[in-house]
Amino acid sequence: MISDWYVWISLLKALILIGLILQVVPGMLFIERRGSAWMQNRLGPNRLGPFGIFQGIADAVKLIFKEDFIPEHVHKLFFGLSPFVSMLPSLITFAVIPFAAPILINGETLTFQVADLDVGILFTLAIVSLGVYGVMMGGWASNSKYAMLGALRSSSQLISYELSMGLAVVSMLMVYSHITLTPMVEFQGQALFTIAGITVPKWGFLLQPVAFIIFFTCTYAETNRLPFDLPEGESEIIAGYHLEFGSMKFASYMLAEYSNMLTAAGLTVTLFFGGYQLLPGMSWLLHSLGLSGMTYEWVRVAFQATAFLIKVGFFMWTFVWIRWTLPRFRFDQVMDLGWKIMLPLALLNVFVTALLIAGGVY
Amino acid sequence: MSPEAIFFYLFAVMAVAFSLVTVLKRNPAVGAFSLVLVFFSFAGIYAILGAHLVAALQVVVYAGAIMVLLIFVIMLLNADSPSLDMDRTHWTLRALSLAGCATLFAFFVWAFQNGSLFPQPGQFPPQRVAELGGSTKLISYLMFTEYLYPFEVTSALILAGIVGSVTLAKRQKVKRGKA
Repeated sequence: MISDWYVWISLLKALILIGLILQVVPGMLFIERRGSAWMQNRLGPNRLGPFGIFQGIADAVKLIFKEDFIPEHVHKLFFGLSPFVSMLPSLITFAVIPFAAPILINGETLTFQVADLDVGILFTLAIVSLGVYGVMMGGWASNSKYAMLGALRSSSQLISYELSMGLAVVSMLMVYSHITLTPMVEFQGQALFTIAGITVPKWGFLLQPVAFIIFFTCTYAETNRLPFDLPEGESEIIAGYHLEFGSMKFASYMLAEYSNMLTAAGLTVTLFFGGYQLLPGMSWLLHSLGLSGMTYEWVRVAFQATAFLIKVGFFMWTFVWIRWTLPRFRFDQVMDLGWKIMLPLALLNVFVTALLIAGGVY
Repeated sequence: MSPEAIFFYLFAVMAVAFSLVTVLKRNPAVGAFSLVLVFFSFAGIYAILGAHLVAALQVVVYAGAIMVLLIFVIMLLNADSPSLDMDRTHWTLRALSLAGCATLFAFFVWAFQNGSLFPQPGQFPPQRVAELGGSTKLISYLMFTEYLYPFEVTSALILAGIVGSVTLAKRQKVKRGKA
Protein backbone atom coordinates (compact mmCIF):
# COMPACT_ATOMS: atom_id res chain seq x y z
CA MET A 1 0.00 0.00 0.00
CA ILE A 2 1.32 3.40 -0.96
CA SER A 3 1.13 6.03 1.77
CA ASP A 4 -0.77 9.29 1.17
CA TRP A 5 2.35 11.29 1.91
CA TYR A 6 4.19 9.56 -0.92
CA VAL A 7 1.34 10.15 -3.38
CA TRP A 8 1.11 13.88 -2.64
CA ILE A 9 4.86 14.41 -2.76
CA SER A 10 5.07 12.51 -6.05
CA LEU A 11 2.23 14.56 -7.50
CA LEU A 12 3.90 17.78 -6.40
CA LYS A 13 7.22 16.71 -7.88
CA ALA A 14 5.56 15.71 -11.16
CA LEU A 15 3.78 19.08 -11.40
CA ILE A 16 6.97 21.02 -10.66
CA LEU A 17 8.88 18.98 -13.24
CA ILE A 18 6.28 19.39 -15.98
CA GLY A 19 6.05 23.10 -15.22
CA LEU A 20 9.82 23.35 -15.47
CA ILE A 21 9.93 21.50 -18.81
CA LEU A 22 7.15 23.63 -20.27
CA GLN A 23 8.92 26.79 -19.09
CA VAL A 24 12.17 25.74 -20.70
CA VAL A 25 10.58 25.43 -24.16
CA PRO A 26 9.83 29.12 -24.91
CA GLY A 27 13.12 30.12 -23.31
CA MET A 28 14.94 27.62 -25.48
CA LEU A 29 13.14 28.84 -28.59
CA PHE A 30 14.32 32.35 -27.82
CA ILE A 31 17.89 31.18 -27.26
CA GLU A 32 17.76 29.17 -30.46
CA ARG A 33 16.58 32.12 -32.55
CA ARG A 34 18.92 34.66 -31.00
CA GLY A 35 21.78 32.15 -30.99
CA SER A 36 21.33 31.34 -34.65
CA ALA A 37 21.14 35.04 -35.45
CA TRP A 38 24.33 35.64 -33.50
CA MET A 39 26.14 32.86 -35.36
CA GLN A 40 24.96 34.10 -38.73
CA ASN A 41 25.67 37.76 -38.00
CA ARG A 42 21.98 38.69 -37.92
CA LEU A 43 19.90 40.30 -35.17
CA GLY A 44 17.04 37.83 -34.62
CA PRO A 45 13.91 38.72 -32.63
CA ASN A 46 14.95 41.75 -30.56
CA ARG A 47 11.84 43.94 -30.38
CA LEU A 48 9.65 42.59 -27.61
CA GLY A 49 11.02 43.33 -24.15
CA PRO A 50 14.72 43.62 -23.26
CA PHE A 51 16.74 41.72 -25.91
CA GLY A 52 13.44 40.36 -27.21
CA ILE A 53 12.97 37.84 -24.40
CA PHE A 54 9.18 38.15 -24.53
CA GLN A 55 9.13 36.83 -28.08
CA GLY A 56 8.40 33.32 -26.75
CA ILE A 57 5.27 34.53 -24.97
CA ALA A 58 4.12 36.36 -28.09
CA ASP A 59 4.66 33.22 -30.16
CA ALA A 60 2.73 31.08 -27.69
CA VAL A 61 -0.20 33.53 -27.62
CA LYS A 62 -0.22 33.66 -31.41
CA LEU A 63 -0.24 29.86 -31.71
CA ILE A 64 -3.05 29.49 -29.16
CA PHE A 65 -5.31 32.00 -30.91
CA LYS A 66 -4.70 30.72 -34.43
CA GLU A 67 -7.50 28.82 -36.12
CA ASP A 68 -7.26 25.10 -35.37
CA PHE A 69 -7.59 24.03 -38.98
CA ILE A 70 -8.12 20.35 -39.77
CA PRO A 71 -7.63 19.46 -43.45
CA GLU A 72 -10.38 17.54 -45.24
CA HIS A 73 -8.32 14.48 -46.19
CA VAL A 74 -6.89 13.50 -42.78
CA HIS A 75 -7.83 10.69 -40.40
CA LYS A 76 -9.63 12.83 -37.82
CA LEU A 77 -9.06 10.80 -34.64
CA PHE A 78 -5.37 10.09 -35.09
CA PHE A 79 -4.69 13.53 -36.53
CA GLY A 80 -6.00 15.03 -33.31
CA LEU A 81 -4.30 12.45 -31.12
CA SER A 82 -0.81 12.43 -32.63
CA PRO A 83 0.52 15.74 -31.18
CA PHE A 84 -0.28 14.48 -27.69
CA VAL A 85 1.15 11.05 -28.42
CA SER A 86 4.39 12.71 -29.40
CA MET A 87 4.36 15.10 -26.42
CA LEU A 88 3.58 12.52 -23.74
CA PRO A 89 6.78 10.39 -23.87
CA SER A 90 8.93 13.50 -23.96
CA LEU A 91 7.34 14.73 -20.74
CA ILE A 92 7.42 11.35 -18.97
CA THR A 93 11.05 10.47 -19.62
CA PHE A 94 12.48 13.05 -17.24
CA ALA A 95 10.71 11.35 -14.31
CA VAL A 96 13.65 9.11 -13.37
CA ILE A 97 16.45 11.67 -13.68
CA PRO A 98 17.68 12.87 -10.26
CA PHE A 99 18.25 16.59 -9.70
CA ALA A 100 20.08 16.24 -6.39
CA ALA A 101 21.08 13.59 -3.86
CA PRO A 102 18.26 12.40 -1.56
CA ILE A 103 17.72 14.25 1.70
CA LEU A 104 16.62 12.75 5.04
CA ILE A 105 13.70 14.56 6.74
CA ASN A 106 12.51 13.10 10.06
CA GLY A 107 13.52 9.61 9.00
CA GLU A 108 11.78 9.83 5.61
CA THR A 109 13.95 10.00 2.50
CA LEU A 110 13.00 12.69 0.03
CA THR A 111 14.38 11.97 -3.43
CA PHE A 112 14.77 14.72 -5.99
CA GLN A 113 13.35 12.78 -8.87
CA VAL A 114 9.70 12.02 -9.56
CA ALA A 115 10.00 8.24 -9.51
CA ASP A 116 12.96 6.24 -8.21
CA LEU A 117 12.05 3.16 -10.20
CA ASP A 118 13.66 -0.21 -9.74
CA VAL A 119 14.26 -0.41 -13.50
CA GLY A 120 15.87 3.03 -13.72
CA ILE A 121 17.40 3.60 -17.11
CA LEU A 122 15.32 0.83 -18.72
CA PHE A 123 12.24 2.97 -18.09
CA THR A 124 13.85 5.78 -20.02
CA LEU A 125 14.73 3.51 -22.93
CA ALA A 126 11.18 2.12 -22.93
CA ILE A 127 9.53 5.52 -23.04
CA VAL A 128 12.00 6.87 -25.60
CA SER A 129 11.07 3.97 -27.87
CA LEU A 130 7.44 5.19 -27.74
CA GLY A 131 8.43 8.61 -29.08
CA VAL A 132 8.35 7.30 -32.63
CA TYR A 133 4.57 6.78 -32.52
CA GLY A 134 3.71 10.47 -32.39
CA VAL A 135 5.69 11.04 -35.56
CA MET A 136 4.42 7.91 -37.33
CA MET A 137 0.83 8.54 -36.34
CA GLY A 138 1.04 12.20 -37.39
CA GLY A 139 2.60 11.39 -40.74
CA TRP A 140 0.16 8.62 -41.49
CA ALA A 141 -2.96 10.44 -40.29
CA SER A 142 -2.06 13.51 -42.38
CA ASN A 143 -2.63 11.36 -45.46
CA SER A 144 -0.27 13.37 -47.66
CA LYS A 145 2.87 12.35 -49.50
CA TYR A 146 5.37 14.65 -47.81
CA ALA A 147 4.07 13.89 -44.34
CA MET A 148 4.23 10.18 -45.09
CA LEU A 149 7.82 10.46 -46.36
CA GLY A 150 8.77 12.35 -43.23
CA ALA A 151 7.14 9.75 -41.01
CA LEU A 152 8.89 6.87 -42.81
CA ARG A 153 12.24 8.64 -42.63
CA SER A 154 11.74 9.41 -38.98
CA SER A 155 10.71 5.94 -37.94
CA SER A 156 13.58 4.23 -39.75
CA GLN A 157 16.03 6.75 -38.30
CA LEU A 158 14.71 6.41 -34.75
CA ILE A 159 14.77 2.59 -34.88
CA SER A 160 18.31 2.56 -36.28
CA TYR A 161 19.79 4.86 -33.68
CA GLU A 162 17.86 3.47 -30.71
CA LEU A 163 19.93 0.27 -30.99
CA SER A 164 23.29 2.01 -30.76
CA MET A 165 22.01 4.27 -28.00
CA GLY A 166 20.82 1.25 -26.02
CA LEU A 167 24.20 -0.46 -26.47
CA ALA A 168 26.05 2.67 -25.34
CA VAL A 169 23.88 2.66 -22.23
CA VAL A 170 24.62 -1.05 -21.74
CA SER A 171 28.35 -0.39 -21.58
CA MET A 172 27.69 2.35 -19.00
CA LEU A 173 25.58 -0.07 -16.96
CA MET A 174 28.47 -2.53 -17.00
CA VAL A 175 30.87 0.09 -15.68
CA TYR A 176 28.54 1.45 -13.00
CA SER A 177 27.02 -2.00 -12.24
CA HIS A 178 23.81 -0.19 -11.31
CA ILE A 179 20.60 0.20 -13.30
CA THR A 180 19.05 3.03 -11.29
CA LEU A 181 20.28 6.55 -11.91
CA THR A 182 21.05 7.82 -8.39
CA PRO A 183 23.75 5.17 -7.67
CA MET A 184 25.20 5.90 -11.12
CA VAL A 185 25.61 9.54 -10.18
CA GLU A 186 27.02 8.57 -6.77
CA PHE A 187 29.54 6.33 -8.53
CA GLN A 188 30.67 9.28 -10.64
CA GLY A 189 31.44 11.22 -7.46
CA GLN A 190 34.45 8.99 -6.72
CA ALA A 191 37.94 10.17 -7.53
CA LEU A 192 39.57 8.86 -10.69
CA PHE A 193 43.02 10.24 -9.94
CA THR A 194 44.59 13.24 -8.25
CA ILE A 195 47.26 15.44 -9.81
CA ALA A 196 48.81 18.32 -7.83
CA GLY A 197 45.88 18.58 -5.45
CA ILE A 198 43.28 18.58 -8.22
CA THR A 199 40.95 15.58 -8.01
CA VAL A 200 39.51 14.36 -11.29
CA PRO A 201 36.19 12.58 -10.65
CA LYS A 202 35.06 9.35 -12.31
CA TRP A 203 32.70 11.04 -14.73
CA GLY A 204 31.29 8.73 -17.38
CA PHE A 205 32.85 10.40 -20.41
CA LEU A 206 36.33 9.86 -18.93
CA LEU A 207 35.66 6.18 -18.29
CA GLN A 208 33.81 5.49 -21.54
CA PRO A 209 34.70 8.07 -24.20
CA VAL A 210 33.50 5.87 -27.07
CA ALA A 211 30.14 5.24 -25.40
CA PHE A 212 29.81 8.99 -24.86
CA ILE A 213 30.41 9.78 -28.53
CA ILE A 214 27.92 7.12 -29.62
CA PHE A 215 25.29 8.23 -27.11
CA PHE A 216 25.77 11.90 -27.93
CA THR A 217 25.37 11.29 -31.67
CA CYS A 218 22.34 9.08 -31.11
CA THR A 219 20.59 11.71 -28.99
CA TYR A 220 20.78 14.06 -31.96
CA ALA A 221 19.28 11.43 -34.22
CA GLU A 222 16.60 10.56 -31.66
CA THR A 223 15.54 14.17 -31.17
CA ASN A 224 15.43 14.83 -34.94
CA ARG A 225 17.87 17.69 -34.57
CA LEU A 226 20.36 18.79 -37.18
CA PRO A 227 22.42 17.20 -38.65
CA PHE A 228 19.73 14.49 -38.36
CA ASP A 229 16.61 16.54 -39.10
CA LEU A 230 15.70 14.53 -42.21
CA PRO A 231 12.14 13.83 -41.03
CA GLU A 232 11.49 17.58 -41.33
CA GLY A 233 14.01 18.51 -44.03
CA GLU A 234 12.25 21.69 -45.13
CA SER A 235 14.24 21.98 -48.36
CA GLU A 236 13.34 18.42 -49.41
CA ILE A 237 9.97 17.47 -47.93
CA ILE A 238 8.79 20.90 -46.72
CA ALA A 239 8.19 20.06 -43.06
CA GLY A 240 7.82 16.30 -43.13
CA TYR A 241 5.56 14.67 -40.59
CA HIS A 242 4.11 17.88 -39.13
CA LEU A 243 3.43 19.51 -42.49
CA GLU A 244 -0.37 19.44 -42.12
CA PHE A 245 -0.44 20.59 -38.51
CA GLY A 246 -1.21 24.15 -37.54
CA SER A 247 -1.75 26.30 -34.46
CA MET A 248 -1.51 24.47 -31.12
CA LYS A 249 -1.06 21.06 -32.79
CA PHE A 250 2.11 22.31 -34.45
CA ALA A 251 3.11 23.93 -31.16
CA SER A 252 2.70 20.55 -29.43
CA TYR A 253 5.15 19.02 -31.88
CA MET A 254 7.58 21.84 -31.17
CA LEU A 255 7.06 21.32 -27.46
CA ALA A 256 7.78 17.61 -27.90
CA GLU A 257 10.99 18.36 -29.81
CA TYR A 258 12.29 20.78 -27.20
CA SER A 259 11.34 18.66 -24.20
CA ASN A 260 12.99 15.70 -25.93
CA MET A 261 16.12 17.81 -26.20
CA LEU A 262 15.88 18.60 -22.51
CA THR A 263 15.54 14.93 -21.65
CA ALA A 264 18.44 14.02 -23.92
CA ALA A 265 20.61 16.68 -22.28
CA GLY A 266 19.52 15.48 -18.82
CA LEU A 267 20.39 11.88 -19.68
CA THR A 268 23.74 12.83 -21.19
CA VAL A 269 24.62 14.76 -18.03
CA THR A 270 23.41 11.98 -15.72
CA LEU A 271 25.18 9.17 -17.55
CA PHE A 272 28.38 10.89 -18.61
CA PHE A 273 28.91 14.18 -16.78
CA GLY A 274 28.36 13.30 -13.15
CA GLY A 275 24.68 14.26 -12.95
CA TYR A 276 24.21 16.46 -9.90
CA GLN A 277 27.86 16.15 -8.79
CA LEU A 278 29.18 19.62 -8.09
CA LEU A 279 31.22 21.49 -10.66
CA PRO A 280 34.84 22.45 -9.91
CA GLY A 281 34.92 25.22 -7.31
CA MET A 282 31.38 24.66 -6.10
CA SER A 283 32.30 22.14 -3.42
CA TRP A 284 34.96 24.54 -2.12
CA LEU A 285 32.31 27.28 -1.97
CA LEU A 286 29.85 24.95 -0.22
CA HIS A 287 32.38 23.99 2.46
CA SER A 288 33.62 27.52 2.99
CA LEU A 289 30.07 28.63 3.87
CA GLY A 290 30.55 26.71 7.13
CA LEU A 291 26.98 25.44 7.46
CA SER A 292 25.84 22.37 9.39
CA GLY A 293 22.77 20.23 10.04
CA MET A 294 19.61 20.67 7.96
CA THR A 295 20.68 24.08 6.63
CA TYR A 296 23.76 22.47 5.15
CA GLU A 297 21.65 19.70 3.62
CA TRP A 298 19.25 22.12 1.92
CA VAL A 299 22.07 24.34 0.66
CA ARG A 300 23.78 21.22 -0.66
CA VAL A 301 20.58 20.28 -2.53
CA ALA A 302 20.40 23.79 -4.01
CA PHE A 303 24.06 23.58 -5.07
CA GLN A 304 23.58 20.16 -6.65
CA ALA A 305 20.45 21.24 -8.52
CA THR A 306 22.29 24.31 -9.77
CA ALA A 307 25.23 22.21 -10.93
CA PHE A 308 22.85 19.84 -12.72
CA LEU A 309 20.99 22.68 -14.41
CA ILE A 310 24.22 24.37 -15.51
CA LYS A 311 25.39 21.13 -17.12
CA VAL A 312 22.00 20.56 -18.78
CA GLY A 313 22.03 24.17 -19.98
CA PHE A 314 25.42 23.60 -21.58
CA PHE A 315 24.14 20.59 -23.50
CA MET A 316 21.00 22.47 -24.52
CA TRP A 317 23.26 25.15 -25.93
CA THR A 318 25.25 22.44 -27.73
CA PHE A 319 22.05 21.45 -29.54
CA VAL A 320 21.73 25.02 -30.86
CA TRP A 321 25.44 25.28 -31.53
CA ILE A 322 25.55 22.11 -33.65
CA ARG A 323 22.29 22.90 -35.43
CA TRP A 324 23.65 26.15 -36.81
CA THR A 325 27.12 24.73 -37.53
CA LEU A 326 26.63 21.45 -39.40
CA PRO A 327 24.62 20.91 -42.59
CA ARG A 328 22.02 18.14 -42.92
CA PHE A 329 23.08 14.59 -43.83
CA ARG A 330 21.76 12.74 -46.86
CA PHE A 331 19.44 9.89 -45.95
CA ASP A 332 21.80 7.14 -47.10
CA GLN A 333 24.55 8.76 -45.03
CA VAL A 334 22.31 8.63 -41.96
CA MET A 335 21.59 4.96 -42.50
CA ASP A 336 25.25 4.12 -43.21
CA LEU A 337 26.37 5.96 -40.09
CA GLY A 338 23.73 4.25 -37.98
CA TRP A 339 24.11 0.68 -39.15
CA LYS A 340 27.69 0.43 -40.46
CA ILE A 341 29.56 2.65 -38.02
CA MET A 342 27.56 3.31 -34.85
CA LEU A 343 26.16 -0.18 -34.29
CA PRO A 344 29.41 -2.16 -34.82
CA LEU A 345 31.29 0.43 -32.77
CA ALA A 346 28.77 0.17 -29.95
CA LEU A 347 28.93 -3.65 -30.01
CA LEU A 348 32.71 -3.54 -30.01
CA ASN A 349 32.62 -1.08 -27.14
CA VAL A 350 30.43 -3.39 -25.06
CA PHE A 351 32.82 -6.27 -25.81
CA VAL A 352 35.94 -4.29 -24.94
CA THR A 353 34.27 -2.97 -21.77
CA ALA A 354 33.49 -6.54 -20.73
CA LEU A 355 37.13 -7.52 -21.33
CA LEU A 356 38.36 -4.51 -19.33
CA ILE A 357 36.01 -5.33 -16.44
CA ALA A 358 37.16 -8.96 -16.51
CA GLY A 359 40.75 -7.68 -16.51
CA GLY A 360 39.99 -5.51 -13.49
CA VAL A 361 40.61 -2.13 -15.12
CA TYR A 362 37.33 -0.54 -14.01
CA MET B 1 -10.39 4.50 -3.71
CA SER B 2 -6.69 3.89 -3.37
CA PRO B 3 -4.40 5.27 -6.10
CA GLU B 4 -3.60 1.73 -7.24
CA ALA B 5 -7.29 1.04 -7.79
CA ILE B 6 -7.78 4.26 -9.74
CA PHE B 7 -4.88 3.48 -12.03
CA PHE B 8 -5.93 -0.16 -12.34
CA TYR B 9 -9.41 0.80 -13.56
CA LEU B 10 -7.94 3.44 -15.88
CA PHE B 11 -5.57 0.97 -17.52
CA ALA B 12 -8.07 -1.89 -17.50
CA VAL B 13 -10.74 0.18 -19.25
CA MET B 14 -8.14 1.42 -21.73
CA ALA B 15 -6.94 -2.12 -22.43
CA VAL B 16 -10.42 -3.50 -23.03
CA ALA B 17 -11.62 -0.52 -25.07
CA PHE B 18 -8.61 -0.47 -27.38
CA SER B 19 -8.66 -4.27 -27.73
CA LEU B 20 -12.21 -3.92 -29.04
CA VAL B 21 -11.07 -1.17 -31.44
CA THR B 22 -8.21 -3.42 -32.61
CA VAL B 23 -10.61 -6.23 -33.44
CA LEU B 24 -13.58 -4.27 -34.75
CA LYS B 25 -12.00 -1.55 -36.90
CA ARG B 26 -11.31 -2.51 -40.49
CA ASN B 27 -8.46 -0.10 -41.10
CA PRO B 28 -5.23 -2.02 -40.30
CA ALA B 29 -3.35 1.11 -39.22
CA VAL B 30 -6.09 2.03 -36.74
CA GLY B 31 -5.96 -1.52 -35.41
CA ALA B 32 -2.18 -1.41 -35.04
CA PHE B 33 -2.16 1.93 -33.22
CA SER B 34 -4.88 0.66 -30.87
CA LEU B 35 -2.85 -2.46 -30.19
CA VAL B 36 0.06 -0.24 -29.11
CA LEU B 37 -2.23 1.41 -26.58
CA VAL B 38 -3.38 -2.03 -25.37
CA PHE B 39 0.24 -3.06 -24.77
CA PHE B 40 0.90 0.22 -23.02
CA SER B 41 -2.08 -0.35 -20.71
CA PHE B 42 -0.80 -3.84 -19.93
CA ALA B 43 2.55 -2.30 -19.00
CA GLY B 44 0.71 0.07 -16.68
CA ILE B 45 -1.02 -2.83 -14.96
CA TYR B 46 2.29 -4.70 -14.56
CA ALA B 47 3.78 -1.55 -13.02
CA ILE B 48 0.90 -1.32 -10.53
CA LEU B 49 1.61 -4.94 -9.55
CA GLY B 50 5.19 -3.89 -8.76
CA ALA B 51 6.71 -5.78 -11.69
CA HIS B 52 8.56 -2.77 -13.05
CA LEU B 53 10.99 -4.81 -15.11
CA VAL B 54 8.20 -6.72 -16.86
CA ALA B 55 6.41 -3.43 -17.51
CA ALA B 56 9.54 -1.85 -18.98
CA LEU B 57 10.25 -4.90 -21.13
CA GLN B 58 6.63 -5.01 -22.27
CA VAL B 59 6.99 -1.44 -23.54
CA VAL B 60 10.49 -1.94 -24.98
CA VAL B 61 9.75 -5.18 -26.78
CA TYR B 62 6.06 -5.10 -27.72
CA ALA B 63 5.10 -1.43 -27.87
CA GLY B 64 8.57 -0.19 -28.82
CA ALA B 65 9.94 -2.74 -31.26
CA ILE B 66 7.41 -5.22 -32.60
CA MET B 67 4.57 -2.76 -33.14
CA VAL B 68 6.87 -0.18 -34.72
CA LEU B 69 7.89 -2.77 -37.31
CA LEU B 70 4.28 -3.82 -37.84
CA ILE B 71 3.09 -0.25 -38.35
CA PHE B 72 6.09 0.42 -40.59
CA VAL B 73 5.05 -2.49 -42.81
CA ILE B 74 1.41 -1.38 -42.84
CA MET B 75 2.44 2.14 -43.78
CA LEU B 76 4.84 0.95 -46.50
CA LEU B 77 2.25 -1.38 -48.03
CA ASN B 78 -0.37 1.33 -47.56
CA ALA B 79 -2.84 -1.43 -46.77
CA ASP B 80 -5.80 0.83 -46.24
CA SER B 81 -8.30 -1.38 -48.00
CA PRO B 82 -9.99 -3.92 -45.72
CA SER B 83 -8.75 -7.43 -46.36
CA LEU B 84 -11.27 -9.32 -44.26
CA ASP B 85 -14.70 -8.35 -45.45
CA MET B 86 -17.36 -9.56 -43.03
CA ASP B 87 -20.19 -8.85 -45.48
CA ARG B 88 -19.10 -11.57 -47.84
CA THR B 89 -18.95 -14.33 -45.25
CA HIS B 90 -21.77 -16.84 -45.11
CA TRP B 91 -24.30 -16.48 -42.28
CA THR B 92 -23.44 -19.95 -40.89
CA LEU B 93 -19.82 -18.84 -40.49
CA ARG B 94 -20.90 -15.73 -38.64
CA ALA B 95 -23.22 -17.72 -36.40
CA LEU B 96 -20.45 -20.23 -35.71
CA SER B 97 -17.92 -17.54 -34.81
CA LEU B 98 -20.43 -15.84 -32.52
CA ALA B 99 -21.16 -19.17 -30.85
CA GLY B 100 -17.44 -19.79 -30.47
CA CYS B 101 -16.97 -16.40 -28.82
CA ALA B 102 -19.89 -17.00 -26.48
CA THR B 103 -18.49 -20.40 -25.47
CA LEU B 104 -15.08 -18.94 -24.80
CA PHE B 105 -16.60 -16.12 -22.73
CA ALA B 106 -18.67 -18.61 -20.73
CA PHE B 107 -15.55 -20.72 -20.17
CA PHE B 108 -13.63 -17.72 -18.83
CA VAL B 109 -16.50 -16.78 -16.51
CA TRP B 110 -16.59 -20.36 -15.24
CA ALA B 111 -12.82 -20.49 -14.85
CA PHE B 112 -12.66 -17.25 -12.89
CA GLN B 113 -15.51 -18.30 -10.62
CA ASN B 114 -14.45 -21.85 -9.91
CA GLY B 115 -10.72 -21.95 -10.62
CA SER B 116 -8.00 -20.80 -8.26
CA LEU B 117 -8.06 -17.09 -9.13
CA PHE B 118 -5.33 -16.33 -6.64
CA PRO B 119 -2.63 -18.92 -7.22
CA GLN B 120 -0.29 -19.91 -4.43
CA PRO B 121 2.77 -17.65 -4.08
CA GLY B 122 5.77 -19.19 -5.79
CA GLN B 123 9.40 -19.29 -4.87
CA PHE B 124 9.72 -15.49 -4.82
CA PRO B 125 6.97 -13.63 -2.93
CA PRO B 126 7.27 -9.79 -2.90
CA GLN B 127 9.05 -9.68 0.48
CA ARG B 128 11.74 -12.08 -0.67
CA VAL B 129 12.21 -10.13 -3.91
CA ALA B 130 12.68 -6.93 -1.93
CA GLU B 131 15.16 -8.67 0.39
CA LEU B 132 17.21 -9.89 -2.56
CA GLY B 133 17.52 -6.39 -4.05
CA GLY B 134 14.54 -5.82 -6.34
CA SER B 135 13.03 -7.69 -9.25
CA THR B 136 15.43 -6.32 -11.88
CA LYS B 137 18.48 -7.58 -10.02
CA LEU B 138 16.85 -10.89 -9.19
CA ILE B 139 15.63 -11.62 -12.71
CA SER B 140 19.00 -10.68 -14.21
CA TYR B 141 20.80 -12.87 -11.70
CA LEU B 142 18.54 -15.86 -12.36
CA MET B 143 18.74 -15.35 -16.10
CA PHE B 144 22.52 -15.52 -16.08
CA THR B 145 22.82 -18.40 -13.61
CA GLU B 146 19.98 -20.89 -13.30
CA TYR B 147 18.25 -20.11 -16.59
CA LEU B 148 21.31 -19.37 -18.73
CA TYR B 149 20.89 -22.46 -20.88
CA PRO B 150 17.17 -21.94 -21.74
CA PHE B 151 17.93 -18.25 -22.34
CA GLU B 152 20.69 -19.02 -24.83
CA VAL B 153 18.59 -21.70 -26.53
CA THR B 154 15.78 -19.16 -26.97
CA SER B 155 18.16 -16.70 -28.60
CA ALA B 156 19.40 -19.44 -30.94
CA LEU B 157 15.76 -20.21 -31.79
CA ILE B 158 15.06 -16.56 -32.60
CA LEU B 159 18.20 -16.41 -34.74
CA ALA B 160 17.05 -19.51 -36.63
CA GLY B 161 13.68 -17.81 -37.16
CA ILE B 162 15.34 -14.69 -38.56
CA VAL B 163 17.59 -16.70 -40.89
CA GLY B 164 14.58 -18.73 -42.04
CA SER B 165 12.43 -15.69 -42.81
CA VAL B 166 15.26 -13.95 -44.66
CA THR B 167 15.83 -17.10 -46.73
CA LEU B 168 12.14 -17.35 -47.62
CA ALA B 169 11.95 -13.67 -48.56
CA LYS B 170 15.11 -13.84 -50.68
CA ARG B 171 13.99 -16.97 -52.56
CA GLN B 172 10.71 -15.37 -53.58
CA LYS B 173 12.53 -12.29 -54.80
CA VAL B 174 14.93 -14.36 -56.94
CA LYS B 175 12.04 -16.32 -58.46
CA ARG B 176 10.18 -13.13 -59.30
CA GLY B 177 13.33 -11.64 -60.80
CA LYS B 178 13.79 -14.63 -63.14
CA ALA B 179 10.16 -14.66 -64.23
